Amino acid sequence: MSLASLTRPWAAMSYGFLDASARREIRRKLIKAVAVPGCQMPYASREVPMARGWGTGGLQATLTLVTPESVVKVIDQGADDSVNAASIRKFVTRVSGCAATWDTAAATLIQSRHRIPEERLRADQVLILQVPDPEPLRRVEPNISAARQMHADADYGRLWLTLYEQIVRKGRIMQGASYPSLVNGRHVITPSPIPRWDVPKLNMARHLTILSAGREKRIYAVPPHTRVEPLVFSDRPYQVEAHRGLTCARSGLGGFFMNEIPQADGGRIHEVSDSNLGIKAIRIAEGEDETIAETWYRNGEMQP
Amino acid sequence: MTAALNIAGDATPLPLVPPQLVTTQPLLRMEGIRRRFGEVEALGGVDAAVYPGEVLGIVGESGSGKSSLLRMMNLEDTPDAGSYHLAIPDHAGRNLFDLDRYQRRMLCARRIGIVYQNPHLGLLMGNSSSGNVAERLLIAGERSFATLRDKARAALDASEFPLPRMDAPPAQLSGGMQQRVQLAKAIALEPTLLLLDEPTTGLDVSVQALVLDTLKRLQQERRITMVLVSHDLGVIRTMADRVMVMRRGLVVEQGLVDQVFQDPQHPYTQQLVHAKL
Repeated sequence: MSLASLTRPWAAMSYGFLDASARREIRRKLIKAVAVPGCQMPYASREVPMARGWGTGGLQATLTLVTPESVVKVIDQGADDSVNAASIRKFVTRVSGCAATWDTAAATLIQSRHRIPEERLRADQVLILQVPDPEPLRRVEPNISAARQMHADADYGRLWLTLYEQIVRKGRIMQGASYPSLVNGRHVITPSPIPRWDVPKLNMARHLTILSAGREKRIYAVPPHTRVEPLVFSDRPYQVEAHRGLTCARSGLGGFFMNEIPQADGGRIHEVSDSNLGIKAIRIAEGEDETIAETWYRNGEMQP
Repeated sequence: MTAALNIAGDATPLPLVPPQLVTTQPLLRMEGIRRRFGEVEALGGVDAAVYPGEVLGIVGESGSGKSSLLRMMNLEDTPDAGSYHLAIPDHAGRNLFDLDRYQRRMLCARRIGIVYQNPHLGLLMGNSSSGNVAERLLIAGERSFATLRDKARAALDASEFPLPRMDAPPAQLSGGMQQRVQLAKAIALEPTLLLLDEPTTGLDVSVQALVLDTLKRLQQERRITMVLVSHDLGVIRTMADRVMVMRRGLVVEQGLVDQVFQDPQHPYTQQLVHAKL
């Protein structure tokens, strides 16, 4: 008997880059995260060929869930063609042999940074959000152990207090991205730095959302058909960004989340943040065979 | 009519109002509280009772266990032995030391108010003063901004805090003002029990008198039951109905304030009273 006969035959890498134990650990943590919606589960967060803070958490979740049949879409701030999104997409297809797409409706796995696509996700799709800082209590309680106790006690008084202070000082709630939201009436999460516009999309959604922070080694989830309520005072309704009346200068779309593009003359134009939605609208205008699926917002109003 | 009869020399005496302290059930009852910190026995079997609407003063030198006892009353610490009962709905007849963390937190937020000697213990220095008061209400589940604002303003007003400064952070306020914010926070939810841990120590004499005036007025208007810890006999004499003298973790003497201070029985109390007066 030789040592070689006891080991597995040499292979260039394991499927989907992560080794079996890493995938198993993340799968188990995912099951826990889905079982306790919004509760942050610690995980080991292995090395991936990318710097921490560039979406390693999301990438590990994607690599765990990917199969050769998957169709992967990667978004960076709404765009499919940024360097970060393109690199991650290329890497995932290379190590798993899955297909890649820009089309939200065609994708089965969507890894995203800071945006949720405008087209409504279905039950067979999984959204993976990259999270830089998973702890909503970080600013009110820097001590992580104390913050975990506060989560255990559902002690969110000081989080509410920051919202109170914002109204007192500025007259309105200033929190733009990562708006703290109560999941399933129990745990408050930071929904990654998605704009306020996107938070209502998580409420009673058909799809599973996985939020994974690689640097902070925390994973949590919003399962399908789960309540996600942004923290608001009963007499101060939740407000999304005032993008309702804006029109995209390139595609002519209106009523969606826009990027502001400053102009040399001091003016500004807007373009739709979900770039694939804009591309589809332009193709339809040019008479090509393209369809835009049902969207969450219609004419700037969230649809039930 | 009755008065006229009395003047006329009617022999029927006025009905004697029985002293309330004796007949009513105690609001707070602590029995056999023991607590050791390593070698030191901070509390060596203390019994205490506070009756509804009265002010109990606790005096004693530094290290006599008075603050430890107050921390137990606020459920911040658990003793090695002993029981603690509050005669309030939902919790009557229960030893409060048996509650779990969550129940304790809710009980403390809703029923017990505390003012610490050091405002840093009781206040969030970076937040606004009104926010500090509002936090109490938020923990208790108030979710309307207008109501929060009104109740915070009312509580600050009751503790005679200057309302134009209600949104200034406590870090920018004077010591007396900080104590008033703490007091407003403590009374915001109309607590059953108000604990005061040396509330005026560290304030100059004139500010101390003003804060004591506020406390006294609140006590008379709202009949809040208070436990006041102080090493200053003057403060105890002004505020308290009954006094408990503590030394080395034991209660050496207790009784009505006038009685204890005029006619101290225990040698330590005699020494204390004579040192002061």
